[in-house]
Amino acid sequence: MIQIYRLTRHELKSLFYTPSTYIAMVLSLLLMGFFYYMTLITISSEEQEQMPPTIFFSLFWVPVLLIVPMLTMRSFAEERRLGTIETLLTAPVQPSQLVAAKFLAAYIFYLLVWVLSIAYPLLTSFVLQQPELNERLFHTGALTGGYLFIATSGALFVSIGIFTSSLTRSQLVAGMLSFSILFMIIVGVAAIHMLKPDLGGSGQLPDAVLDYFQVFRHFDDFSRGLVDTRPFVYYLSGAAGVLGFSVLIIESKR
Amino acid sequence: MSSTEHSIIAQGLAKRFGRNKAVRDLSFSISKGEIVGFLGPNGAGKSTTLRMLTGILPADRGHLQVCGLSVPTHDREVRKLIGYMPENNPLPDDMRVIEYLRFRAQIKGIPWGERKARIHHAMEVCELHRKARRKIIGTLSKGFRQRVGIADAILSSPAVTILDEPTIGLDPHQVIGIRRLLNNLRGETTVIFSSHILSEVEISCDRILILNQGRLVASGTADELRSEFLPGSRYLLEAAGDKETIRNELKTLGEDWSVEISADSRNGFHEITLVNHDNGSNGEAILERLLKSAGMRVRSFHPVLPNLEDIFLTATRRSWDLSPDEMSESNGRYQQDSR
Repeated sequence: MIQIYRLTRHELKSLFYTPSTYIAMVLSLLLMGFFYYMTLITISSEEQEQMPPTIFFSLFWVPVLLIVPMLTMRSFAEERRLGTIETLLTAPVQPSQLVAAKFLAAYIFYLLVWVLSIAYPLLTSFVLQQPELNERLFHTGALTGGYLFIATSGALFVSIGIFTSSLTRSQLVAGMLSFSILFMIIVGVAAIHMLKPDLGGSGQLPDAVLDYFQVFRHFDDFSRGLVDTRPFVYYLSGAAGVLGFSVLIIESKR
Repeated sequence: MSSTEHSIIAQGLAKRFGRNKAVRDLSFSISKGEIVGFLGPNGAGKSTTLRMLTGILPADRGHLQVCGLSVPTHDREVRKLIGYMPENNPLPDDMRVIEYLRFRAQIKGIPWGERKARIHHAMEVCELHRKARRKIIGTLSKGFRQRVGIADAILSSPAVTILDEPTIGLDPHQVIGIRRLLNNLRGETTVIFSSHILSEVEISCDRILILNQGRLVASGTADELRSEFLPGSRYLLEAAGDKETIRNELKTLGEDWSVEISADSRNGFHEITLVNHDNGSNGEAILERLLKSAGMRVRSFHPVLPNLEDIFLTATRRSWDLSPDEMSESNGRYQQDSR
């Protein structure tokens, strides 16, 4: 455990030293700011059933597709390109500890970016100075649901980024791979669910199966305050599985 | 073979990458505290062997022990015993020297109380403790980068230090620095290093292992290798006189001496090479005979020792000429020698 802590601290430090991390952070926050502005426009133009945090978080997938590849593409690909992975693995460090540390560092940074987005309702409240609005802007249920969803799903998304980075020594390839896989998981499953293509023979995929993998469905549940164990199992076991594969790849590519 | 006397025991190691056999049936042992040089042409299997020793690359076949522990089964313990600087010395460019060494000390499990002293010692041995201490690694010269790599390798005072090409790309001053550094390590740890600078290996190492095509083709001290690969006596002398008279005078030394006289002379003195492939050290007797001879005047006379470059070229050339059976026989002989 102590080794994971040391490696995570080192990884976090190097994330903070890397320009690409700041670029990812600034771009994501700019994008989130724009989405928050659009959210405010939407709620001010007509009465909305949904709370502002729910509308804001419903666009979670756009920043995710930007932040995750940029945060994770460097992790193993750069170590492999420079050869520093060899010096790391000849120290008394297990590949599983290294994968866990890289995941934790990227995950902490990912959460930090999302936590910073709390600045938007704070700024709105400060600028508008309308106390009656605060209840909607800071709706506890919607905010908690949104952040809980971001934290839970983020575990899987970040682990996919770490996995793709372990596959190659090119940051670009790792970034593109992670973007594509995330796109398929988030948007692809939703598209299949919407279009319900006829697969022939055995017929269509059962709705229950598609529902289980539907990221947007999970978000809806979380934002309505419906905290079910199924999405937790999906995201956390998925993350553990993907990280397990990363360990195997690091072991095999020594 | 006793594992208490040996830091490293390798028996029948083999490793292939696809169709390429990088290491074939390699056996050797290295005693505690020895400084051993690994020599070999490019692609001889030096780096692969060193990587197998560290446990980062598993061997396909064979048995490998470091300080009495089997590398594949005690992978983690073995890594605690080894300090390794890989080929090309990869380092993170964005960290400061002291930060990097602190991080390495942490992950190598050096206790908190000893960390500062160990880092200081490693930096002092590698002469990094003055200006380079707080420099960013990316801005360091090649020589200082090598020193950082070596400082990292010796940081935890490992039982075995493995340095893959520590002198590559260094200027003569830096090479002398590395030589001094290796001398500083003498007695502290077993050192194995590979190098292309043969004179460096000859000066710094207690024993030399020459690899070619993944096999051990020679093993021993420089003198042992000399007597095996380039046996006999060689003398260089400068003598004045008529060429034919000199030749006739030297013929009296015996049939087994071959004489080569330079075509041109300097101030009337010819350069003469005397080679006897069988004879041992009889320089004193020859000198006595030469001084008594009437037809020539001798100005200088000295024995010529073949350098490591000659030994290396002969050993590798011989390994190309030998059949696979002869090679495995010679491998067995080196293994026997090292017991």
